Amino acid sequence: MAIIELVGLAKAYRVYQKQEGLLASVRGLFHRQYRTVEAVRGIDLQVEQGEFVAFLGPNGAGKTTTLKLLSGVITPSGGTARVMGHVPWKRENAYRRRFALVMGQKNQLWWDLPAQESFRLHQQIYLIDPARFERTRDELVELLGVANLLKQPVRELSLGERMKMELIAALLHSPEVLFLDEPTIGLDVIAQHNIQAFLRHYQQLRRITILLTSHYMKDVAALCKRVVIIAQGRIIYDGSLSGIIDRFSHHKVITLLFPGDDRMPSDLARYGEVVEEFAPKVKLRVPRKNVPDVLAGILARHAIEDVSVEDPPLEEVIAEMFSLAGEAQTGDGEVDRVAERVT
Amino acid sequence: MYARLLTWWTILRICLEERLVYRGDFALGTLMRFLPFITQIFLWSAVFAARDQSPLRGYSYNEMIAYLLLTNISRAFSSMPGLASSIAQQIRNGEIKKFLIQPIDLIGFLLLARVAHKVVYYVVALAPFALVFYLARGFFSGWPDVTTMLAFLVSLVMAFLLGFFLEATIGMVGFWFLEVSSLLFVYQLFSFFLSGQMFPIDILPSAARAAVDLLPVPYLAYFPVAVFLGKVQGTALAWGLLVQAGWVVLFMVASRVALHRGLIRYSGFGG
Repeated sequence: MAIIELVGLAKAYRVYQKQEGLLASVRGLFHRQYRTVEAVRGIDLQVEQGEFVAFLGPNGAGKTTTLKLLSGVITPSGGTARVMGHVPWKRENAYRRRFALVMGQKNQLWWDLPAQESFRLHQQIYLIDPARFERTRDELVELLGVANLLKQPVRELSLGERMKMELIAALLHSPEVLFLDEPTIGLDVIAQHNIQAFLRHYQQLRRITILLTSHYMKDVAALCKRVVIIAQGRIIYDGSLSGIIDRFSHHKVITLLFPGDDRMPSDLARYGEVVEEFAPKVKLRVPRKNVPDVLAGILARHAIEDVSVEDPPLEEVIAEMFSLAGEAQTGDGEVDRVAERVT
Repeated sequence: MYARLLTWWTILRICLEERLVYRGDFALGTLMRFLPFITQIFLWSAVFAARDQSPLRGYSYNEMIAYLLLTNISRAFSSMPGLASSIAQQIRNGEIKKFLIQPIDLIGFLLLARVAHKVVYYVVALAPFALVFYLARGFFSGWPDVTTMLAFLVSLVMAFLLGFFLEATIGMVGFWFLEVSSLLFVYQLFSFFLSGQMFPIDILPSAARAAVDLLPVPYLAYFPVAVFLGKVQGTALAWGLLVQAGWVVLFMVASRVALHRGLIRYSGFGG
């Protein structure tokens, strides 16, 4: 049985529309205009125990709303969800002791106290057996290499150090399901890498189920085999990361290196779109099905020193997908079409 | 049960530590709170000089000063600086989520944090309070008897609880209106004039007095002091304590209901 199961999960918000200007503000006191925002429009998803799933999507796609629904912070306007057999928004203590939510933009530790005090508090809140608490804490502290920072007030930690402490706090009660909302946001490359390495190791060690949202493709590529792409509150893709390119990218990038600056032909545009040109090197974007013909044509006509054919970068493919979904903002039909095209 | 007690004890201990970070601020604030008191002494000595020192509705000059000094003690119990506004702020900036995802009771947690806040305050404030009362000992006519003293302590503890649950309820209004500062301002204004911290409310004309008696605010400052000074005794004392307890229970329930309904609204609307 799936550990996380969503059926037709939907969430619509009513948002107060404030008009510009003082007069409008006064009018707003008596008569308010609301707009209904459908943040999540019916999501079906099954996640098995031990999976590490990434949620991708442009800002406002409904990723965070979904995580909020799953952690019981908000109640859906339609559909059902079960996580480890619990309905999240009932907020039963039995459920709350079994999951954790880490938000990269929110701080859950006590600002003025050393992190170890927040840990101690978590031990009590989650009723963790003292011996187990110490074992888990020491293990996590060692894995993340923060032993020397435990006694320092949280406000004096760097963002990366604080994120590590947030993770420890969230994992102390050994949650079986972990929701991570942008855990590496604002971190430098090294800190991002450290957090990734830790998450990968920890997930393999404990076989816990993790749902991650992130804007960093590197996070996703490093951690998740399965990717769920959400746009306009709907799932438009659910599968492997490499599958995205297979399905969404209809182009390949051909890189050509000519023997010298003067030997580079000027009419390359006839083979495909020139995306980058630094003589004697050029990159062409070519529809997949034309690749063999284009290559044959070029090799027959020009002297080439080196050639490579690659998939376009994942970021680009996904950005393209997002913009496709974004164009659909005006009408629902378009989203359906996008969804149809990919599933 | 024992595990739960330990949980609450740990929360209390950690809140204590957190408050101690600000001990310097506390010590200074305590001394400062007696500054306005000096102007009150001048004011009332002028009033009594104009009346040729004749008592004002049962208050002699000394009693009046003793009364005003003692309100500092009841206010030290019942005032809740920043409670309502911080609850409303946590609702607005979403920090309240922490209490939704963790197996913990928000009101219980806030109460313990406030107890810790107060305990640290009393430890720091004890010396300045003792100094001021020692210097002003001439205004007092000795210690009250044991029963009165016990009733005074009980009324102080209830003043603390009433202040807490009243402000917590106001803070929970933040679930409906994102900004509670104007509501809080009205409450503080009422509390300032009608709780008895500026003047004993029994010097008000009887009709006004009767109206004020229907409010919870006199139990925040006036009532404990009146108990200490022996103004309420016997049946009146028992009744007064009962009414105070009634207000505590009422706002305890009100804050719970507000939190419960507020969370339904919050979780329905997002945030």
